[in-house]
Amino acid sequence: MPAIKLVKGVLKGNRRDLARLITLIENEHSSAATALSMLYKHTGNAHIVGVTGPPGSGKSTLVTRITAEYRKRSKTIGIVCVDPSSPFTGGALLGDRIRMQEHSLDKDVYVRSMSTRGHLGGLARATSDAVRAIDASGKDIVIVETVGAGQSEVQVVEVAHTVIVADVPGAGDDIQAIKAGIMEIADIFVVNKADYPGADRKVIEINAMLDLDSRERSWRPPVLLTNALTGEGIPELVDTIGAHMSYLQETGLLKQKGLQRSRDELEQIMEYKLTNELFTRLRGTPEYEQAIKKIAGRNDDPYSVAERLIADFLISVRE
Amino acid sequence: MGSEKGLRKTFKEWDEGPVAKTLAKFPERKEQFETLSGIPVDRLYGPSEKALMEYEQELCFPGMFPFTRGVQPTMYRGRFWTMRQYSGFATAKETNERFKFLLNQGQTGLSIAFDLPTQIGYDSDNPLAQGEVGKVGVAINSLADMELLFDGIPLDKVSTSMTINAPAAILLAMYIAVGEKQGVPMNKLRGTIQNDILKEYVARGTFIHGPKESMRLITDTFKFCSENMPLWNTISISGYHIREAGSTAVQEVAFTLANGIAYVDAAIKVGLDVDSFASRLSFFFGSHSDFFEEIAKFRAARRLWAKIMHDRFGAKDDSSCRMRFHTQTAGCTLTAQQPDNNVVRVTLQALQGVLGGTQSLHTNSRDEALSLPTEQSVQIALRTQQIIAYETGVGDTIDPLAGSYFIEHLTDEVEKRAMEYIIKIDDLGGAPAAIEKGFIQREINDSAYEFQQAIDNSTRVVVGLNKFTVEEEQQFDYLRVDPAVEAEQIGRLQEMREERDQAAVEKTLEALRSAAESDSNLMPLILDAVKAYATLGEMCGVLREVFGEYRAPDIL
Amino acid sequence: MSSSKKIRVLVAKPGLDGHDRGAKIVARALRDAGMEVIYTGLRQTPEMIVEAAISEDVNVIGLSILSGAHNALFPKIMELLKAEGGDNILVIGGGIIPHDDVPALKAVGIAEVFGPGTPLADIVGYIESNVKL
Ligand code: B12
Ligand SMILES: Nc1nc2c(ncn2[C@@H]2O[C@H](COP(=O)(O)OP(=O)(O)OP(=O)(O)O)[C@@H](O)[C@H]2O)c(=O)[nH]1
Ligand SMILES: [Mg+2]
Repeated sequence: MPAIKLVKGVLKGNRRDLARLITLIENEHSSAATALSMLYKHTGNAHIVGVTGPPGSGKSTLVTRITAEYRKRSKTIGIVCVDPSSPFTGGALLGDRIRMQEHSLDKDVYVRSMSTRGHLGGLARATSDAVRAIDASGKDIVIVETVGAGQSEVQVVEVAHTVIVADVPGAGDDIQAIKAGIMEIADIFVVNKADYPGADRKVIEINAMLDLDSRERSWRPPVLLTNALTGEGIPELVDTIGAHMSYLQETGLLKQKGLQRSRDELEQIMEYKLTNELFTRLRGTPEYEQAIKKIAGRNDDPYSVAERLIADFLISVRE
Repeated sequence: MGSEKGLRKTFKEWDEGPVAKTLAKFPERKEQFETLSGIPVDRLYGPSEKALMEYEQELCFPGMFPFTRGVQPTMYRGRFWTMRQYSGFATAKETNERFKFLLNQGQTGLSIAFDLPTQIGYDSDNPLAQGEVGKVGVAINSLADMELLFDGIPLDKVSTSMTINAPAAILLAMYIAVGEKQGVPMNKLRGTIQNDILKEYVARGTFIHGPKESMRLITDTFKFCSENMPLWNTISISGYHIREAGSTAVQEVAFTLANGIAYVDAAIKVGLDVDSFASRLSFFFGSHSDFFEEIAKFRAARRLWAKIMHDRFGAKDDSSCRMRFHTQTAGCTLTAQQPDNNVVRVTLQALQGVLGGTQSLHTNSRDEALSLPTEQSVQIALRTQQIIAYETGVGDTIDPLAGSYFIEHLTDEVEKRAMEYIIKIDDLGGAPAAIEKGFIQREINDSAYEFQQAIDNSTRVVVGLNKFTVEEEQQFDYLRVDPAVEAEQIGRLQEMREERDQAAVEKTLEALRSAAESDSNLMPLILDAVKAYATLGEMCGVLREVFGEYRAPDIL
Repeated sequence: MSSSKKIRVLVAKPGLDGHDRGAKIVARALRDAGMEVIYTGLRQTPEMIVEAAISEDVNVIGLSILSGAHNALFPKIMELLKAEGGDNILVIGGGIIPHDDVPALKAVGIAEVFGPGTPLADIVGYIESNVKL
């Protein structure tokens, strides 16, 4: 059970053990779940910050700067950066780490690059558990950089307490403008590349858009201007991230979200386990293949077959 | 420049104007040129009577706008191109010996290769220099090394090209100081600093500061030279490295000229008049393996640059529109397998450069893919140029391939396609913005990968590599830089540090710092520091503190 | 569940060398062969390379160097890697490395060295058959 041997090291903050555990999580090694369940009670301490936004908007550069600022404030940091895998070969070039080299020799910063391995939604399937492992290893802040987001890459809300959406001025040339779906998940907006023309206008535009949103809410996402190359606006951004956490705590939203998250997670795990169990039993069996052939030949229909198979499955589980 | 006058009139103007003027100053190599069988060879062949309308506009005569047929009225009938082998390794003393060897063998200009620590602004004793001192070029830490490098080489007799970019101003200052010691004033010095930072970000990797600060150093040198060094080429805007990083010929022209546009823009922005500096801009291209395309490329680049300077920047002097360039044969086409075959490749590529009208030429050595060249290999490489110059007669008439349907078509196509890229880059906000966005890098990387795949799947044949291969003994004569060089160089550096006037060094470095913090021209202050024997690492250290260090986007 | 295992590779450029054409091509080829590739960018010290390899838990480190500093840098990397417990990582190199230098590099643990002209498929094949997952 390789993962279990790593638990002790992870809890002590050993980065090699942490790195190996994350690999086992990614590879869905059977021991990873056990290790995670052992780690579970040591998690929940880190502030998890998501950074999303269109490709090239400066997410990685921002993450590096935010990290530097947190380090000044003596916080320890974990970073997970997610890049897409190639749909054709399954391979991936994980390029975010290049931007994060300035922290590469800082033992209190842990950076892990991750491929989506075909998963949609802006994160890898393993991201959430990897974040949890880093949390357990004692990092104060865990930052998650999503793949360059279009509009459906919104899964980061399920992982992060605070979601930063980074946009850039004059988007529309080679960088796409942020899409509606992404706008809605922001706790903080950042207009990065403040050195570009049109930055102030972009801030006004986003504010105007927020004003149009008539939903009742006690946290109106602030819109900040940053230059990730020079670090302008980063201390304010880090302050704002902190303010958002205080807000979540004071309003009880953190607890509420925690409950919701636990529920979602439990249900997801069950759903995954169940379907996995179901399909490992079914797939490849002659009966199953026969049933599919019948459906295709219009000798049976998928609705009744599904019903029958699930009923059989439930009976066999009961036995 | 092109006008409505008839071609014959223009020809007469050319013949009686630029040609006569040039001949008065620089007579041709011979009174009369002829072929081996005694057929006379004229200076130029053109579309004689049936003058094409386009001829005057698109080709015209050598030394006349748009310079498609060459930048001088008589080209190699006057003087051959400068034969300039890029060299440097180990210490100043050893490189000085190599320089003298090359000059003795008939080389006509010098070209310095610096080691990587020098190019990135570190002294030899910097921990980051460990293992790299003198390995791929000569280590120059201070004026003391530069004096040794040019010991016994009179600077009023040679022209020197320095492949130096981020610390270009510092090496130029060292060269000026050596000149002064030899009694050669700076207005007599001839040569080039590469000084082309933009291509470092996309293809060559020896940057220190970010684009903004680097551009300032560049415009400072432009300004300083325009006032003090009329014969000096202030920049060598380089396509060679872009090409060697994997681009196509069209991309090479496009990205180089886009960078050129950015430099001209920057200089105009700091208040320089375009005609005050543009004639000292020079260029550098590769000569790859596609024979006709490469020749066309050189011609197209010249024409396109002339048009850009005239139409876009409103340059008034013809000399501002004249693209002079250095050529190097393409190292990336040379193989470790059957290395002697490389001599043949280099011969053809050198010939392309000459047929394309280059001003100077480096021919790579047959051991290119093995190590820095041995003395024997570099001699063959130099001889290759000499054979082309002295035995083949290709320099006896100007631009001999002009008028070939194929060459003119390719010239038009390269120009057109390069221009399309330049427009795209303009849309992205110019070369610096396109680089920051990774556009140029991605284009180069894609081409490089395609090229490699074509070799791997043999759709592109490389003789001796993927076809006509043989079993080979891996027995070569490598040039080896003795690891002891590092300690020796560090020893000399430390001695020098002890002997110099420390107070003077500190004073000049402080002056440099405050100038860097303001916006006054840094060249004079660098020159002061150099003369006080401040080291390159110390000066770059000060600038690193003020300007910061750049992390490249490193696009995959 | 070995089906979901992926080969993770760190492609690194040690020292001051700026030749990255080969490294980038190799990185792309490995990606196209289905591997997950982390590229460090230029100017990496041995410490940075080893740190990245450990944090990213890679199976392979590919060192690319054309500046002649391999004899100084490769042994240092191997030494640090051992000290960090990365002995299980397959380390290979490429670039301009004279044949005479190869035995000494192999002796410190560099598994294989690939020179100019190596087909990309050979590199992919070598990794696939020698990597320890
Ligand atoms: C292209 C090139 C350049 C380009 C680089 C562009 C770029 N962005 O990469 C430019 C023009 C900028 C350049 C500059 C210099 N160059 Co250069 N360059 C070459 C050249 C001609 C080809 C290299 C190349 O890219 N080949 C194509 C690629 C695909 O092949 P490759 O890198 O060899 O990679 C293959 C294998 O080696 C292997 N491989 C490589 N990396 C890896 C990594 C892994 C993990 C694996 C498994 C395999 C592997 O697989 C690849 C596929 O087959 C070589 C000579 C030659 N023919 O090899 C000289 C050469 C490497 N350069 C040399 C020198 C000296 C320089 C300079 C330092 C000169 C100077 N003093 O300024 C400069 C400075 C560069 C810098 N900043 O470091 C010398 C090095 C001498 C030495 N080591 O002893 C060489 C050998 C030329 C020579 N004989 O003098 N150069
Ligand atoms: N001018 C300017 N450039 C910036 C700024 N922030 C980032 N950049 C540059 O923008 C480019 C992209 O930055 P990254 O940090 O890689 O962007 P990203 O959003 O992480 O990109 P992906 O992960 O590929 O989606 C890099 O060249 C950065 O140097 C900024 O504030 N101003
Ligand atoms: Mg990123």
